[in-house]
Amino acid sequence: MKYTKTFKGRSYNFKNLKTLLAKASPLRSADELAGIAAASEEERAVAQWLLADLPLTEFLQEPLIPPEQDEVSKLIAESHDRIAFAPISSLTVGGFREWLLDDATADADIAAIRFGLTPEMAAAVSKIMRNQDLIAVARRCTVTTRFRNTIGLPGRISTRLQPNHPTDDPKGIAASVLDGLLYGSGDAVIGINPATDSPKNVENLLHLLDDVIRRHEIPTQSCVLAHVTTTLELMRRGVPVDLVFQSIAGTEAANKSFGINLALLAEAHLTALALGRGTLGENLMYFETGQGSALSANAHFGIDAQTCEARAYAVARAFSPLLVNTVVGFIGPEYLYDGKQIIRAGLEDHFCGKLLGLPMGCDVCYTNHAEADQNDMDNLMTLLAVAGCTFIMGIPGGDDIMLAYQTTSFHDALYLRRVLGLRPAPEFEDWLNRMGIFDGRNALSRGFASTRLLGDIKKLTGEKA
Amino acid sequence: MTDPWIELRRFTQARIALGRTGHAVPTPALLDFQLAHAQARDAVHFPWDIDAFAGQVRELGEKVLMLDTPVSSRSEYLRRPDLGRVLTEASRTRLENLTASATDVALIVTNGLSSTAVERHGMALLQAIVEGFRARQISIAPVALVANGRVALADDIGGLLAARVAIIVVGERPGLSAADSLGLYLTHAPRPGNTDAERNCISNVRPPEGLGYAAAAAKLLYLTGEALRRGISGVSLKDGMMGLPGGET
Repeated sequence: MKYTKTFKGRSYNFKNLKTLLAKASPLRSADELAGIAAASEEERAVAQWLLADLPLTEFLQEPLIPPEQDEVSKLIAESHDRIAFAPISSLTVGGFREWLLDDATADADIAAIRFGLTPEMAAAVSKIMRNQDLIAVARRCTVTTRFRNTIGLPGRISTRLQPNHPTDDPKGIAASVLDGLLYGSGDAVIGINPATDSPKNVENLLHLLDDVIRRHEIPTQSCVLAHVTTTLELMRRGVPVDLVFQSIAGTEAANKSFGINLALLAEAHLTALALGRGTLGENLMYFETGQGSALSANAHFGIDAQTCEARAYAVARAFSPLLVNTVVGFIGPEYLYDGKQIIRAGLEDHFCGKLLGLPMGCDVCYTNHAEADQNDMDNLMTLLAVAGCTFIMGIPGGDDIMLAYQTTSFHDALYLRRVLGLRPAPEFEDWLNRMGIFDGRNALSRGFASTRLLGDIKKLTGEKA
Repeated sequence: MTDPWIELRRFTQARIALGRTGHAVPTPALLDFQLAHAQARDAVHFPWDIDAFAGQVRELGEKVLMLDTPVSSRSEYLRRPDLGRVLTEASRTRLENLTASATDVALIVTNGLSSTAVERHGMALLQAIVEGFRARQISIAPVALVANGRVALADDIGGLLAARVAIIVVGERPGLSAADSLGLYLTHAPRPGNTDAERNCISNVRPPEGLGYAAAAAKLLYLTGEALRRGISGVSLKDGMMGLPGGET
């Protein structure tokens, strides 16, 4: 066997590369559920030694799923840039970790190898990195995208304003949108998860958001997170679509379970580009991912959850997205059991995404049956903010009353701004200052009286302005 | 600091206009959130007093079958949903040796993800359902009580009981606004391997805020009657519900 190591008389054999990757993965319940996790801590540590000694070129020679059986593998193989790969082509996985952390490596050197990396290489090196390594290297990766503002600049963090409502009630949604804007949230996107995916409902919500953004000249973009086929139909009918949303995964079979393939994403991407609604740039796809999605679709092919997740980033980067969001704790404790596993996965996803060149944000979240609470979320969002995370969610009080899970609040983003000095996207920051919402020093104004948004509130409540 | 748009709260249950102290939420908002989360956590982790529940079912005049899944702890239940979908060998053998005649309906109750929901609403809902079936002369197998079950457990049990329809009452995953919701799932021709598309669901049973017992039982009776008459369940049966007053499932 190729992947074999003897340790203190005990012999460990890993039958192929994907098995080695799975066994080397830090513990999480998804891999236990799939029956591919290391059987002992020693086996995991031995697998990490073997993985560290592996040349990066190995990942080019042994695809985890044959490209002729899986279009994501085919995309990974065909989009690999050998010239970009050249500077690191002689390194092992362990050597690559050291290269990423080395002072002699410039941040620009790391950016230059993006397209020479396959998702599996990123996943592999993450497995032998501590949390602080994941933070330190991600912080070196700057990824900037543009639609109506500039997202991902150093020293900044953006927020998705998520004004969900269990019945998509327009007044309920408008109330949460106003609450969010008045708390300085929404520069990444104002994005609604619709309770029902019907085209008419999604169309109404898109008009509602478009109206708010245009009326107040907010330098941001809207999105209703419907299935891509619904959005495609609406774009053809002339409905105002800024960003095209879709959940994606790391295997063709998992994507099929989402009702998508690469051709469909390409069609939606081109259709949205033709609308020409971006003013500063043409990044207009919004993707969501999450460890465990391939397993829950029974489409993981024995590949561990974190490596499957990194493969989804190959799908994402083929469409130059504005935003990629790993919804890290949403899927439940059978995939990520507790705060420790959720925090680790959030840092891994952010690191792998950034290393591969994606505008990576994170839905720092958990469900009530996970062993986690808001303190774990405080920890993860702080760590991610230090790592240079592109955006987090903003929800009233952190309580999503439609999806029934907890994530970060408008107040949480203000906390990060205060303790780490992180600012919103520059165009949005200017708007907040102009509207009197922010005080010009990256914090909320002490009084709200000057803002024009209060007129919208009176309109909703039926009072005379 | 209070937010001047506090009036908007009437439009949504979302935690808007919380006010602030500096960048942070005021103390009452902080504690209110933590109380809601505590209730949700308790709902997941409190044990279900299944013996007391069995006694109440017998008082209703129904026979009881106490069954087990291979789940050994609540922690394992949360990590291994697959184990909550099947019976132990001993429970299977018991059902196989049960020389019951074929029945219309197998009725299963499990605490699922909220013991609070079953403790609070389970018996009253079950009574409404059982009385409805009796009035319509729909036959019921002994009521199966199983701790730590998942929805698909109904396939295994319904199949072994040779029931035409399996119905499982299950505690739903607690949210911050509701920790005590019950769900009902109905499957025609239950057998291991049924897919979710073959099920009909009635969720959010938790009077007074959510669906009431009588309303839930009425919906279930309608669905059961149609499933028995037309020999279907799931997406194709749901379409026929549209004409029923308040018939959203």
